[in-house]
Amino acid sequence: MIRFFEKLGADVLYQVNQIGRMGIFLFYSVVSMLMPPYKVFPVVKQIYHIGARSVFVILFTGVFTGMVLGLQGYNTLSKFGAEGLLGTAVALSLIRELGPVMAALMVTGRAGSAICAEIGIMRISEQIDALECMAIDPHKYVVAPKFIAGIVSLPLLTALFNVIGILGGYAVGVGLLGINEGAYFSSMYNDVEFGDIYMGFVKSLCFGVLIIWICSSKGYYVHLTKGGGFGAEGVSSVTTNAVVMSSVCILLFDYFLTSVLL
Amino acid sequence: MSEKAVVQLIDVKKSYGPQQVLKGVNLSIMEGKTTVIVGGSGQGKSQIIKHILGLVRPDSGKVLVYGKDISRAGKRELRAIRAGFGVLFQNAALFDSMTVYDNVALPLRERTRLPEAEIKKIVDRNLALMDITGSDDKYPAQISGGMRKRVGLARALVLEPRIIFFDEPTTGLDVAKSNEIYRVFFRTQTQLKYTAVIVSHDVPKIFKLADYVALLHNGLIHSCITPEEFQLSDDPVIREFVETTMGQLYSSEMEGEL
Ligand SMILES: Nc1ncnc2c1ncn2[C@@H]1O[C@H](COP(=O)(O)OP(=O)(O)OP(=O)(O)O)[C@@H](O)[C@H]1O
Ligand SMILES: [Mg+2]
Repeated sequence: MIRFFEKLGADVLYQVNQIGRMGIFLFYSVVSMLMPPYKVFPVVKQIYHIGARSVFVILFTGVFTGMVLGLQGYNTLSKFGAEGLLGTAVALSLIRELGPVMAALMVTGRAGSAICAEIGIMRISEQIDALECMAIDPHKYVVAPKFIAGIVSLPLLTALFNVIGILGGYAVGVGLLGINEGAYFSSMYNDVEFGDIYMGFVKSLCFGVLIIWICSSKGYYVHLTKGGGFGAEGVSSVTTNAVVMSSVCILLFDYFLTSVLL
Repeated sequence: MSEKAVVQLIDVKKSYGPQQVLKGVNLSIMEGKTTVIVGGSGQGKSQIIKHILGLVRPDSGKVLVYGKDISRAGKRELRAIRAGFGVLFQNAALFDSMTVYDNVALPLRERTRLPEAEIKKIVDRNLALMDITGSDDKYPAQISGGMRKRVGLARALVLEPRIIFFDEPTTGLDVAKSNEIYRVFFRTQTQLKYTAVIVSHDVPKIFKLADYVALLHNGLIHSCITPEEFQLSDDPVIREFVETTMGQLYSSEMEGEL
């Protein structure tokens, strides 16, 4: 019995500790991101890794998401004889929900895991310690460029996802199912408001921070993580963990942000 | 004594689970001198270095660097203290996704505002000093273990540190190379007058370089004395270390004296 409470207490302490650690990590990262000197090249490099190299995945998933929305939307709307609203339906679901969420999930899988593993390996091979001993701040040098890249890339990738998705919906709706071309776009013009775009934009920004935060801090503290094994095994389990946690958090945050922004 | 201690460990204790690694270490590192830490494998020599660097927090006791308690220093203070450090880790800890050249150039790029041409000059000179030429574009995974050590040394010396910490700088090098490294130490130290803390198994050769030899035994600094005193000491622990590491040669000399 006492054993049980001991273990419970230790687990709770560990979790609280972990949350505190991640909070401090975010604080330091943001502070070092805002402090000069500002270096352009590392940021561009990270935008390439996180943003540019995700473009293909985003295009691919975006077009199919749009197409399936077109198909499903047409089926539902035609029951009410409102096929003309297909453009609005596709655009709103993409811009407000699916664009930010899907793009964020894709970036988590592609870039988030890579970030976590990279920083985790730097930690276990003492490269982070070496940076500290050279009086180079690892937050500034390693983490901050990734944060900036995440904040820049996610909204852009989301926008790309939305555009290609709307075109996918157009291809199915107009090309395949024969909806009037003008109706598809004009209903969209009439019904999509700035508020919708704003909502999607805020979401994608928040997801950008969230992904980089969770993935890089998980990797950064791999040596303090309990029960995941050591060395390569530790990095692999912490990476899995980071991807799951960041995907779950994206969906959780999506709900909260929607309820706040609506 | 007119010498000033730049680093002081006062009763430092550290345990990992049931294993008590450091059991109350007291050690002073004198300014401008070379202190060599010796002791068996797994005794905690690297741990002492990590305590001084502020990477590991002691369970109890104090680590003072320039008079400041490093385990209580703030981030900024810590960075100011470490700005004068030159560190070689036991595993070299090179940045494995950067080339040899970029590894050595990194401290210059991040900590100074020198133009790239100037940086190139300094890096080339340091790499030549360590006898690594023509490997600039290779990655750490593509060079030998001994070369990695030497790149680590070049990186540690590139900012002209005030105090260096070298964890086994010559382990894995052939005799000629390690002699060359010792000559480089000697030359750079007379030039830069840095304080040096070196962990080494290369006894007795490393004694030529040392001003003080600290023997770590059973989690305690058994003694911190000059190499001459060390070799002639009749303390049983030191005698045993001297005999096992330097072989019969020295012990028979002793016997001859008796
Ligand atoms: N993170 C850690 N967790 C548990 N034990 C550790 C940890 N780090 C070091 N130790 C233990 O501390 C002891 C001292 O290790 P250290 O690396 O300082 O030895 P060393 O004297 O440098 O040995 P060597 O000459 O082989 O490099 C070892 O027994 C090691 O098992
Ligand atoms: Mg060691």
